[in-house]
Amino acid sequence: MAIDMSQFYQVFFEEAAEHLASMEALLLAIDPAAPDTEEVNALFRAAHSIKGSSGTFGFQDMMEVTHILETMLDRVRKGEAPLTDDMVDASLVAGDVLKNLLAAHRGEDEADREAAEAICHRLEALCRALEAPSEPPPAPVLDIRAAPVCSTGFDLYFTLSGDSTAAVDGFGHLVDELGSFGLVETLVASTPENRECHLRIITEVDADTLRGVIDFVADAASVRIEAFDRSAGEGEAYGFFVEVQAPVEEAYGLFEPLPEAAGSSGGEAYGFFSDLPVVAEPYGFFTELPPFSEAPAVAVPEETAYGLFEPVAVPAAEPETASPVEVSPAPVAASAVVKKPAARPAASDSGSIRVSVEKVDQMINLVGELVITQAMLTQAASNVDPVIFERLINGLAQLERNTRDLQESVMSIRMMPISVVFSRFPRVVRDLSQKLGKQVELKTIGETTEMDKSLVERITDPLTHLVRNSLDHGLETPERRRAAGKPETGTITLSAYHQSGNIVIEVSDDGAGLNRARILAKAKERGMPVTDVMTDQEVWQLIMEPGFSTAEQVTEVSGRGVGMDVVKKNISAMGGRIELDSVTGVGTRITVRLPLTLAILDGMSVGVGKETYIIPLGYVMESMQPERGMMKSVSGVERLIQVRGEYLPVICLHDVFRIQGAITDWSKGIMVVLEADGQSAALFIDQLIGQHQVVIKSLEANYRRVPGVGGATIMGDGRVALILDVPMLVGMARRVLPAAA
Amino acid sequence: MLQATQTAAALESEVSGFAQELLTFTLGAEEYAIDILKVQEIRGYDAVTTIANAPSFIKGVINLRGTIVPIVDLRIKFAVGVAEYTPFTVVIILNIGGRVVGMVVDAVSDVISLKPEQIRPAPDFASSVDTAYIRGLGALGERMLIVVDIERLMLSSEMALVDEVAN
Repeated sequence: MAIDMSQFYQVFFEEAAEHLASMEALLLAIDPAAPDTEEVNALFRAAHSIKGSSGTFGFQDMMEVTHILETMLDRVRKGEAPLTDDMVDASLVAGDVLKNLLAAHRGEDEADREAAEAICHRLEALCRALEAPSEPPPAPVLDIRAAPVCSTGFDLYFTLSGDSTAAVDGFGHLVDELGSFGLVETLVASTPENRECHLRIITEVDADTLRGVIDFVADAASVRIEAFDRSAGEGEAYGFFVEVQAPVEEAYGLFEPLPEAAGSSGGEAYGFFSDLPVVAEPYGFFTELPPFSEAPAVAVPEETAYGLFEPVAVPAAEPETASPVEVSPAPVAASAVVKKPAARPAASDSGSIRVSVEKVDQMINLVGELVITQAMLTQAASNVDPVIFERLINGLAQLERNTRDLQESVMSIRMMPISVVFSRFPRVVRDLSQKLGKQVELKTIGETTEMDKSLVERITDPLTHLVRNSLDHGLETPERRRAAGKPETGTITLSAYHQSGNIVIEVSDDGAGLNRARILAKAKERGMPVTDVMTDQEVWQLIMEPGFSTAEQVTEVSGRGVGMDVVKKNISAMGGRIELDSVTGVGTRITVRLPLTLAILDGMSVGVGKETYIIPLGYVMESMQPERGMMKSVSGVERLIQVRGEYLPVICLHDVFRIQGAITDWSKGIMVVLEADGQSAALFIDQLIGQHQVVIKSLEANYRRVPGVGGATIMGDGRVALILDVPMLVGMARRVLPAAA
Repeated sequence: MLQATQTAAALESEVSGFAQELLTFTLGAEEYAIDILKVQEIRGYDAVTTIANAPSFIKGVINLRGTIVPIVDLRIKFAVGVAEYTPFTVVIILNIGGRVVGMVVDAVSDVISLKPEQIRPAPDFASSVDTAYIRGLGALGERMLIVVDIERLMLSSEMALVDEVAN
């Protein structure tokens, strides 16, 4: 019975995503000029792991891409070829393609087959380019002894056995297996329709070993192994390998202890060796080569004889041109200088375990319970005589400390360093700066600052947008920077730190800054209520209005005017705030403040009748006791309140929630002015109770959604209080009262 | 899946004639029985937080060790007994397919085991409870137990405990 692999897919997806992420981080950190062996090895391992597991799970497309990538990296790893910028670029693109394929397998995205094929070709081309000069040119004598041994080429023809799907799988495994012997090139791959395959392998094992491997998956009768002529198709650069085409014994014969070889094999080709005095040291004759190659070699009819001399001649003559640097032209010096203050990003954390979020959440809940129970005990103990119950009270104090510590450490499980988010930006900046022709240095500060996992996931997109904005609009081109007397390389700084229970993330650049005049002009053009005496802060806020863009032209990157408003919306949805500072000509700084965790909310508790509700503090603008004159009626119903010259619709919470016993006299209650999604409304309640940090609990887990309620929380006394869904309430007011404002 | 397994187990026990454990409780003068495997715990009635615009039989939500749990008063739903809340009012906390729901009853009686042959099919009759939610009538001496399919009842749209979409 076939094992249902799909149950393991999730693990594969997670692992592959992790490997891809670490691969990208490594690629960005690596210095092609002087690659760290350890880093190259890590790269290779990542590619190898992805290949292995994607093969196991039958994701053929991913395996194909990683296989070629791995082949290339393997050569770099073994020191057979230097790492080039082009290879790094190609590997990055391959990483993107793999991510896309992975997403496609998850069913989240469309697989981009063309991109996959394109990158396969690109990598193959790089690999091919490597083959020629891959053997290090110096020390020819040693090389000649080594080279031929490891480069026997075989063409393998065979027909796979078994049914069609098994055949395709088998083929993948075979290519893997053969890969361990040497460099494998797939010329005709197996498909469900076609099972006749053609592989080419450069290896040091002999044909029998290869046959043994292939026999496992192929019809024995169909296996045909031929040594192939590598020089034929591949041209001059392969002069090196010419010996290979000679039958094995002959080629080896040349390098066997010389006196014998020269004497016994006896062909005309070798004849001239006999002129040599008997040399005990076989290398000896190579050193005397030049004279030979000048004179008698011409007379030697056998091509094989040249094979001997060419290797010596070629590397000596043109070691530079043969080097891979030339074959793959180095790209224009990367304009993005990506610098990391921390030597190693914190992403590669050692010694971690994978735990489901559910388990952690359950633990957090239980600890929350413990805290409430502990508070209850402390409360109960506050009435007893401290002299008689000294030990009890001491014990309770200790319990309180331990509980708090426990709570802190449990909460920290959900915390992740922000480097998880920051680590993607070197790539974004690198790609974008190349596209825009700007020189950018990215600095990251405070990467170890921790924030809740759910926030990490949600902050990524808004932050990416801010960085792209800074790059596109903020930083000037090198020419303009030079004209302004600034260094040509601009700086974008990403920093994160904790401040009074919030996490603060700053994106700053030393670019041109916001242009006040242009923003005002644009706002007037769009008919926004603006004046020339507005403060800078108010002007900067304008760019967060929907559809606002001052970019002179729409670029691929940004300028369409959808952006800052979305960023602002996303950040307020997380309970955060966004601030903007800018000085023309000096730079712009965008500050994002977020709560440490999504599970905790700053709220204002209010009372209506006997009920208590929580209003998320972020929506509260002000609160006041209304006076009679402030209430205005429309068609006989007092439904508007005049606050500082503005008419706001009034929402009576007791009406919306049908609460009995609430205050209905305007002058005895409280109005809370709320703002959500750019709309304001006044909420009428009985009283303000206080301000708390509350833990958000889901109401939907065991019940259903309730209109106007965003969640629930547990108050200090153990009772449940409902958290108001302010955007919905404000929207409600608008619907009840259309065209009121 | 859990539900399916449980139903399967219940079916199996019916087929093979094994007795099934039921928790019995009273509403007014009537005695009801539910599958004990669905019961998580039994506790007293605490102050609830009312939910706006909910049906009258949904009393509100309580904090059950950090989980927000809705409380249903079956006496109001079934229109039996008097819905008053005293220190002796009992709430049966049910765990139905991972969802936790509390239901207020007059009193919990005992745990009994009934063999399948002791449960007779309920005749169709007009009542405030849809007979679709009654698995049968159990005979235990003089007592008549109304065996309720509590899972079906609680997840029904009639109870308004779950979102329509989830239904």
